Amino acid sequence: MNFGIFLEQIPDEGIAWWQNLASGLGWTLGTAFFAWILAFTLGSIIGVVRTTDKRWLVRLGDAYVELFRNIPLIVQFFIWYFVVPNVIPAVKAWVIAADPTDFQFLTAIVCLGLFTSARIAEQVRSGIQSLSQGQRNAGYAIGLTQTQTYRYVLLPMAYRIIIPPLTSEVMNLIKNTAVAYSIGLVELFFRTREMAEMTFRYFEVFAAATLIYMLIAFSANRVMAFIERRVAVPGYIGGGK
Amino acid sequence: MKKIMTIAAVIVAAGFVTSAAAQELTGTLKKVKETGSFTVGYRESSIPFSYLDDKQQPIGYAMELCMRVVDAVKADLKMPGLKVNLQPVTSSNRIPLLQNGTIDMECGSTTNSVQRQQQVSFGPTYFVINVTAAVKKNSGINTFADLNGKTVSTTSGTTSVPLIKAYEKTKDVAVKEIYGKDHAESFLLLADDRASAFIMDDILLAGQIANSKDPAAYKILPESLRQEPYSMMLRKDDPQFKALVDKTVGAIMKSGEIDKIYAKWFTSPIPPKGINMNFPMTPPIREAFKNPNDKGVQ
Repeated sequence: MNFGIFLEQIPDEGIAWWQNLASGLGWTLGTAFFAWILAFTLGSIIGVVRTTDKRWLVRLGDAYVELFRNIPLIVQFFIWYFVVPNVIPAVKAWVIAADPTDFQFLTAIVCLGLFTSARIAEQVRSGIQSLSQGQRNAGYAIGLTQTQTYRYVLLPMAYRIIIPPLTSEVMNLIKNTAVAYSIGLVELFFRTREMAEMTFRYFEVFAAATLIYMLIAFSANRVMAFIERRVAVPGYIGGGK
Repeated sequence: MKKIMTIAAVIVAAGFVTSAAAQELTGTLKKVKETGSFTVGYRESSIPFSYLDDKQQPIGYAMELCMRVVDAVKADLKMPGLKVNLQPVTSSNRIPLLQNGTIDMECGSTTNSVQRQQQVSFGPTYFVINVTAAVKKNSGINTFADLNGKTVSTTSGTTSVPLIKAYEKTKDVAVKEIYGKDHAESFLLLADDRASAFIMDDILLAGQIANSKDPAAYKILPESLRQEPYSMMLRKDDPQFKALVDKTVGAIMKSGEIDKIYAKWFTSPIPPKGINMNFPMTPPIREAFKNPNDKGVQ
C-alpha cells in the first residue's frame, strides 16, 4: 500500500493523479448542485400538486412519481443519453452540434434531477399530508385562497418536517452522480476507475474515492443539520435539541 | 506447561503435514481441486473472441481455446465432473476479479502488456492486433491527422486511452475523447454521428462493423497506433497452472490445429447472425503461432 501514487505524474498528460481526481470531483459537485436545484424545484411543485383538490392534477403527479421511481437509475441514464436523441430529431441535431462534454453534463443533471424530484415529490406530499386537516381548514376559514393557504400555512410547516428525509435525498443525489460514469461523464467515479485501470493500484485508488464520497456526503449532512436547527420552530416537531 | 508444549507440537506437526500436501498442487489448480469448480471470465461483446450468442451463451475464438484449457485441467486433476462456471467481465473489472479469485482465467480480447504483467500473467499470444480507428466512409477522414479538432470515441479502461493521449502529444493533433463503457456503446456513438471515429483494436472494430446495420458505411484506417498481442489472462505467480496453459495452447498452435480454429472464427460466417469477419491471418499472427510466447507489449 503506497499512497504516494497520487502525487505521481500521469504519463503523457502533464498533471498528477490527484489533480485528475480533483477535476472529477469538480464535475461530481457541479452535477449534484444543479441536479439538486432542478430536483427541489420540480419535486416541490409536483409534491404540492399531489395534495390539491384537483383530481386530474393528483393523478398526473402520481404518474410522474411512479414513472421515475420505478425505472433503475442506470437505465434512465441510458435512455436520456442514447435513446432520446435518436427518437427526437431536433435533439439529435443539437447533440451533434453541441460539445460532447456539455451534453454529458446536461444529460446527467436532467436525469438525476428528474429521478430525485420524484422522490422529493413523495416527501413533500407526505409532509403536507402529515399536517392535520384543521390547519388547511383554518387557512380557508380566515379567508386565504388555496395558494395562500399553501404559502403561509401548510408549506412552512411541511418543509420543516421533511428536512431529515430531504437530507438523505441530498446525500443520495451526491452518491448517485457516480452512475453518470455510464454515459462517460468524467466525474469522480469515472476518474477513479480510469486511474485504477491504468495504475492497477485498486486498493489505494478506491480507498481515496470512498473517503472523498464520505466527506462530501457528510458535509452535506452537516449543512442540512445546520439549516434544520436554524429554521426550527421551538416546541414543534424537529425543533428539539 | 507440558500440556501446552504438547499442543504446540501437535499444531506444528499438523502444519508440516498440510504444507507437505500443498506442495503437490499450488495456486489455481489447488483452488480448483478444493472447490471442485473452475470459473472462466468472458466478455459479452468482444466479437469474435468472446461474446454471447443468441442463446446468451458465451462463444468465440478465445472461448474455444479456453475450453481446451478447461479440458486439460479436468484431465490433469482427474476431475471429469469439474463444474465450469461462466462469469461475464468488463474491461475495467477483469483484473480485480481475476486477482480476488472470482474468475480463474479471463478469455477475451485482453492486451498482454509489460505493465499488466506486474499484476497478472498471460498464456501464449493467440492474436496480434493494430490499434486504429473506424470512421464512416462518407466522413472524408483517411488518416489520423484528419481527426484534428474532431470528437473520437473509445472504451474506458482500455489501452487505447493512453495511446490516443500520447499520439495527440507527439503529433500535435487535438481531439476530444468521449467514452463508452463497452465497445458496443462506443460504436453506437460513431454510428449516431456523435463521434467521428472509434479508436480501438482493428479486429474489434471489424467485429462491430460486421455486426452493424450497414457494414458498408464504415472503414478502418490503415494507420496503426501500436501493435498488441492478445492472450488469456491468468493469475500471477501461479507456475503450475501457467505451465498447463502454455502446454495445452502451445500444442494446438504447433500441431497446426490452430489454422482450423482460426478459419472457423475469422474467415467463415459465425453465429449468431452468420456474419463473416473477413480477417485473414496476418504475418505477426502467423509468427506468434509458429513460436508460442507470452511476450508483452511495452
